[in-house]
Amino acid sequence: MDLIRSHVMVCCGTGCSSSNSAAIIEEFEKQLAAKGLDKEVRVVHTGCFGLCQAGPVVIIYPEGAFYAHMKPENVERIVEEHLVKGRVVKEFLYKEAVEEDNRIKSLENVEFYKKQKRIALRNCGVIDPENIEEYIAFDGYKALGKVLTEMKPEEVIDLVTRSGLRGRGGAGFLTGMKWKFAAASVSDKKYVCCNADEGDPGAFMDRSVLEGDPHVVIEAMAIAAYAIGADQGYIYCRAEYPIAVKRLEIAIRQAREYGLLGEDIFGTGFNFDLEVRLGAGAFVCGEETALMTSIEGHRGEPRPRPPFPAVKGLFGKPTILNNVETYANIPQIINNGWEWFAAMGTEKSKGTKVFALGGKVNNIGLVEVPMGTTLREIVYDIGGGCPNGKKFKAAQTGGPSGGCIPASHLDVKIDYDNLTAIGSMMGSGGMIVMDEDNCMVDIARFFLDFTVDESCGKCAPCRIGTRRMLEILERIVEGKGEDGDIEKLENLAKTIKATAMCGLGQSAPNPVLSTLKYFRHEYEAHIYEKRCPAGHCKKLLTYKINATKCRGCTMCARNCPAGCISGKVREPHVIDTTKCLKCGVCMEKCKFDAITRS
Amino acid sequence: MSFEKEKYAALQREIDKLKNEPGALMPVMQKAQEIFGYLPEDVQRYIAKALDIPASDVYGVATFYAQFNLEPKGKYIISVCMGTACYVKGSQQVLDKLEEVLGVPAGHTTPDGLFTLNATRCLGACGLAPVIMINEDVYGRLTPDQVPDIISMYH
Repeated sequence: MDLIRSHVMVCCGTGCSSSNSAAIIEEFEKQLAAKGLDKEVRVVHTGCFGLCQAGPVVIIYPEGAFYAHMKPENVERIVEEHLVKGRVVKEFLYKEAVEEDNRIKSLENVEFYKKQKRIALRNCGVIDPENIEEYIAFDGYKALGKVLTEMKPEEVIDLVTRSGLRGRGGAGFLTGMKWKFAAASVSDKKYVCCNADEGDPGAFMDRSVLEGDPHVVIEAMAIAAYAIGADQGYIYCRAEYPIAVKRLEIAIRQAREYGLLGEDIFGTGFNFDLEVRLGAGAFVCGEETALMTSIEGHRGEPRPRPPFPAVKGLFGKPTILNNVETYANIPQIINNGWEWFAAMGTEKSKGTKVFALGGKVNNIGLVEVPMGTTLREIVYDIGGGCPNGKKFKAAQTGGPSGGCIPASHLDVKIDYDNLTAIGSMMGSGGMIVMDEDNCMVDIARFFLDFTVDESCGKCAPCRIGTRRMLEILERIVEGKGEDGDIEKLENLAKTIKATAMCGLGQSAPNPVLSTLKYFRHEYEAHIYEKRCPAGHCKKLLTYKINATKCRGCTMCARNCPAGCISGKVREPHVIDTTKCLKCGVCMEKCKFDAITRS
Repeated sequence: MSFEKEKYAALQREIDKLKNEPGALMPVMQKAQEIFGYLPEDVQRYIAKALDIPASDVYGVATFYAQFNLEPKGKYIISVCMGTACYVKGSQQVLDKLEEVLGVPAGHTTPDGLFTLNATRCLGACGLAPVIMINEDVYGRLTPDQVPDIISMYH
């Protein structure tokens, strides 16, 4: 075996792949071969490092040099300077990773990583996800071995229950309890399923785990299967995640080759095998009964519970369903003990949570923090606050089922119960930051538009009720809101929450309720004053020309598609607001900042 | 015609591989769409017959999931990400501009069959928001004024 003196870790997650990390790898391989270094320096395709904002990202060990916004044309210099001469190329480093005295800062001291604790994401960016041996070298499949050779199924369930692990996909049900119910069901066949149909817009935690560490899901599902007495598993994955699907399939194939899936695993007589099923773009399939109906090959409509899947699930057999991030915690809970896990987090929410931090925040990326971290720490310390000096307005969590958290709650310690108490929810972990330019009524409309589109249509409250809510919201943002609209919205919301059949419908009104709770004044401004305080809703804007600044250059008049700007050359122009389309072209074209929008 | 025959033969091979699996319908339809590019009525009927289920079941599944197309798609499929992260950073304006430049509303194909414009769910490249994809090419951190130049590269 060759002695490898240096590792070049190139992020191959979706974010960095989209900005062409493949070309960077190719260039590294070419340059290393040209210098005859290809036997001593290894280029590793890894999963996500988390700081997508700085992508494409390359980290070179042993120095831990964090190169950000890499370009193929910079590779030659890095090879020449860093890998041949041992001199880190500071100008290409992530700027936060360089100390004032020019030394390299270790990654743990970079603001973005300082407060993070990586458990579910432990191997992401560390190992090559397409190589099972790297996973094994990082204690992979050790927990499965321990469970199969040293523990009884009920001991496994007891350990997971005591750890306090709760489902990371939405409702936060105790994972161990779910397993216990399924284990107690008597049946000739049971199933273990993994929900990898991450549908929340703006959430990509599960995808990053699947892309960066697919074996952890396989190992955890095998452990779950042993605990409940199942021999078959399904991973239901979004078809929109081609890289994740490919790596999962490679991982399953390798696990079979190594005897870690299939028959008589570890010579214990335990059998378990897995299959990947692709979703086809239906958000409701994230709901557990709908997901199972979809795997069975039908329209993904939910069914009433009870019976719960632990009693009657996939193909009518007892089934457990956990999401990717939940599974990603399991092997380490087995290896390190429940006490280790339960020592992290808050009283009722243990461990860590991964958030996909996005929107109007400087450091966009994947963040894993202990439960109980405050929103302020995530948005400001880790996320670096809002760009361009804008003011923070709200953070949206829980996707279409969640709500918007205003600045007054920035110091809330984030866990399942606290988020529910302030009208939002944990959900799967999307966290979208909004600044003063975002209109909260429009955000509520955006989410309702999503749920109306994704409602499966099976029950009337969701099918009809959400549409009525959307219609009211659409009127409001168009300046046609009426007195009484807010009350109508509240009434509809209450009814839908109480009567819809599944989680999608029951939680669909949440974005409206939470924005009404914290940003009622914005609704009122739209309805009663026909004004959008954020200056976002097009129909409510008026454009005006400031006569003292206007030079009469005619630029605006020549570009106005509605022909509603008039005036003589070198004299101030005027906009006819009755004809104005509010497209904003005049404002863009004006060279003298004479046009204002209000 | 023989080209069409080959496609059906390819579909039959996939059906033979999958038909004994529980819940084979969706994987079969996904393969069929890969082969034909979309799911015309004849193909749906063929699948129903081969799996021995009512054609209405196949149609029901085809119309339930966003991924299945009942109409042929353009040569270039433009997906505009409408995930929350992209939306708060202006993806609606990018979509508006694309509709204007292409002259078709979202969900439709241009008359020349070149472009299909779709507003899609989160593409998961939130670090690059707002993002569009044209087939496999990703364009990130977009502003509406970049749209005409990008489209002209595909003409």
